[in-house]
Amino acid sequence: MEKVEVRYDNKIVKYFAYATITWGIIGMLVGLIAALQLAFPDFFNDYLGYKYISFGRIRPLHTNAVIFAFVGNAIFTGVYYSLQRLLKTRMWSDKLSYLNFWGWQLIIVSAVITLPMGFTSSKEYAELEWPIDIAITIMWVVFGWNMFATILVRRVKHLYVAIWFYLATFVTVAVLHVFNSFEIPVSFMKSYSWYSGVTDALVQWWYGHNAVAFFLTTPFLGLMYYFVPKAANRPVYSYKLSIIHFWALIFLYIWAGPHHLLYSSLPDWAQSLGVVFSIMLIAPSWGGMLNGLLTLRGVWDKVRDSAVLKFFVVALTAYGMATFEGPMLSLKNINSITHFTDWIVAHVHVGGLGWNGMLIFGMMYYLFPKLYKVKLYSQSLANAHFWIATLGILLWTIPMYWAGFSQGLMWQEFNPDGTLTYPDFLSTVTALEPFYIMRSFGGLIYIIGVLLMAYNIRKTVKSGTFVKEEVVEVTPTIEKKKKEKGEHWHRVIERKPVRLLVFSFIVIAIGGAVEIIPTMAVESNIEKISQVKPFTPLEVEGRDIYIREGCVGCHSQMVRPLRFETERYGEYSKAGEFVYDHPFLWGSKRTGPDLAREGGLRSDSWHYTHMIMPKQISPGSIMPAYPWLADDDLYTGHLEKKINVLRGLGVPYPEGYEKEALSDLQKQANKIAENVIRDISKENSNVQVSDIAGKEIIALIAYLQRLGTDIKAVPAEETELETSMK
Amino acid sequence: MEIMFVMLLVSLLLALIFLVSFIWANKTGQYDDDVTPGMRILYDDEEVKKKPNKEKPNKE
Repeated sequence: MEKVEVRYDNKIVKYFAYATITWGIIGMLVGLIAALQLAFPDFFNDYLGYKYISFGRIRPLHTNAVIFAFVGNAIFTGVYYSLQRLLKTRMWSDKLSYLNFWGWQLIIVSAVITLPMGFTSSKEYAELEWPIDIAITIMWVVFGWNMFATILVRRVKHLYVAIWFYLATFVTVAVLHVFNSFEIPVSFMKSYSWYSGVTDALVQWWYGHNAVAFFLTTPFLGLMYYFVPKAANRPVYSYKLSIIHFWALIFLYIWAGPHHLLYSSLPDWAQSLGVVFSIMLIAPSWGGMLNGLLTLRGVWDKVRDSAVLKFFVVALTAYGMATFEGPMLSLKNINSITHFTDWIVAHVHVGGLGWNGMLIFGMMYYLFPKLYKVKLYSQSLANAHFWIATLGILLWTIPMYWAGFSQGLMWQEFNPDGTLTYPDFLSTVTALEPFYIMRSFGGLIYIIGVLLMAYNIRKTVKSGTFVKEEVVEVTPTIEKKKKEKGEHWHRVIERKPVRLLVFSFIVIAIGGAVEIIPTMAVESNIEKISQVKPFTPLEVEGRDIYIREGCVGCHSQMVRPLRFETERYGEYSKAGEFVYDHPFLWGSKRTGPDLAREGGLRSDSWHYTHMIMPKQISPGSIMPAYPWLADDDLYTGHLEKKINVLRGLGVPYPEGYEKEALSDLQKQANKIAENVIRDISKENSNVQVSDIAGKEIIALIAYLQRLGTDIKAVPAEETELETSMK
Repeated sequence: MEIMFVMLLVSLLLALIFLVSFIWANKTGQYDDDVTPGMRILYDDEEVKKKPNKEKPNKE
């Protein structure tokens, strides 16, 4: 067959690579700030107590920045580089490539602006509000369209295993994102999740787990299968194994999500299903890890010399550790210790810093010399980066494992007389302070490593000349179907029934979902415990402030049916208690205590003072202060719309109630304000009810005082009966 | 908990796409050869050293 000339687009690879490094540094710095806030809370409260950088808003910014900006751009970098070379063709459309690039950066910028402002859906790794969700969907389709079309015009018949991983990534992420993001807008940047309570939790963790699986794992396995053999100049250890573990992995991963909800109000059978699939996942995960490491058999001497391969080896090792640990953590007995603690934070950072981070660094050191046709500026600097990064990971994760394990055990510790050894939650937090400081140090030196890389790459770039297009001659190994002159491009797609099927499925799934979900979601709200009533207007507003400030990042609302939990927090949580929760706020981490039964435990004035300056009431508390809540007026302009939207979602507010909502809100606010004034007036005799009744803090207090109280009024027997009837 | 049925349906549909693509891959001979694909990617494409052609032969 005749040779043809192909021009690989390197510019798009360069763009994404620069974006990866830039956002990586930013995302990690934001993470460092969050870590320092936990290590030195007093400093931040006293000198940097600004609402826009408060921990609850900074944490989602960190997670979104490293997942979607750092890792996301790295995926595009690697895919745009390897796909062209594996298929021996340029990307199908330059327009789509650059639309993909700029669109994605725009999404990231909007996240950087909106998250600190408090616009959040509160669902982990899906915090971005609805307009950005739509933009993400569009950009993802642009990426997928370009990738599929490139595959259709390929010059190699065989699809290398890496491409299978890319395809699975695209299809699954698309479906998960769409399903988890069903929400009804209240205003331009505020929406309520379509689902409520248990349903919302289940969909969220179905998404959340698969975000890890199909955003942080499958694309990286694809990249691993391209870059590790290329960098080692060795074929993958077993191509057969790569195929087998690919199919096993994608078939198993989808079902593992419920392991994030063990001991919660999710039905037991669903929890067990998640556990079983999680355990099975060890096999395909380790298949990939071993296949990657064994690719280096016989060339371990190269690892000694090449920084790129060193990074890959540690990345694969971290992947192996994280994927062994994951199934272990999904065992109920281990989960009862580790869940809600820093152990989980350590676990994700072995994956994030180790697997994703190290693979990305290796990829960058591999790519830039190729893109600039020059040797890397300094191998020894790259080696230094490697050792610093490895040390950083260890210093980050070991203290956090220690902290998580210690705290988990402290929560469970009983005295011989049956009382809790550490009844004061705060004492289990202050014990962790040294670990939080060590963790920050680990993070700091990891970032120093990344800065070394940025410097090294900058020097490399300066000494070389950029190859905008790599012009090569290739021999196609695929028969080009006779293309009639003037034939329209979509005829080509029509000849490929399977691809057409995939495309149609995506369309159908979106359409079908729009029809099915509303009925289902609204229907399921009918099951409820009769004593559980909708939130009052003031509580709705307070709940939205709770969401805005990211309280869910540190406080769970889920008492597990374990003795040490019920002893500490009270009656365990029932599914029926959350039917009006749009979205659910169960949380996944307890840096502070659980709040599911907070209502009525403390006085209104306690909350008032505590929110303005937590350590004044709880000495040693690491909770951020929220003084602005007492200064800012509660905005009630959207209240009517909120009531209407919630009613539409199945919350039984009477018809026309939205008109009375505001006066109800004011009545309740005045009452709380009176309570607060009565208690604090000794010190501040000049404060009037009208001074504080309209402030945000009053709404938040109303919400906190409501938490878990509905069910308290009910005799326990009756409640259990009602729950079991469902 | 009707959402379970939706999720099962979606998960099964995803699994179905994967199954169909798997069958497609097998039928079209994607997995007939499990040795050379691993090797083939190691060969870099032949670079065109001469001044690049003005016309674009790779127009799709």
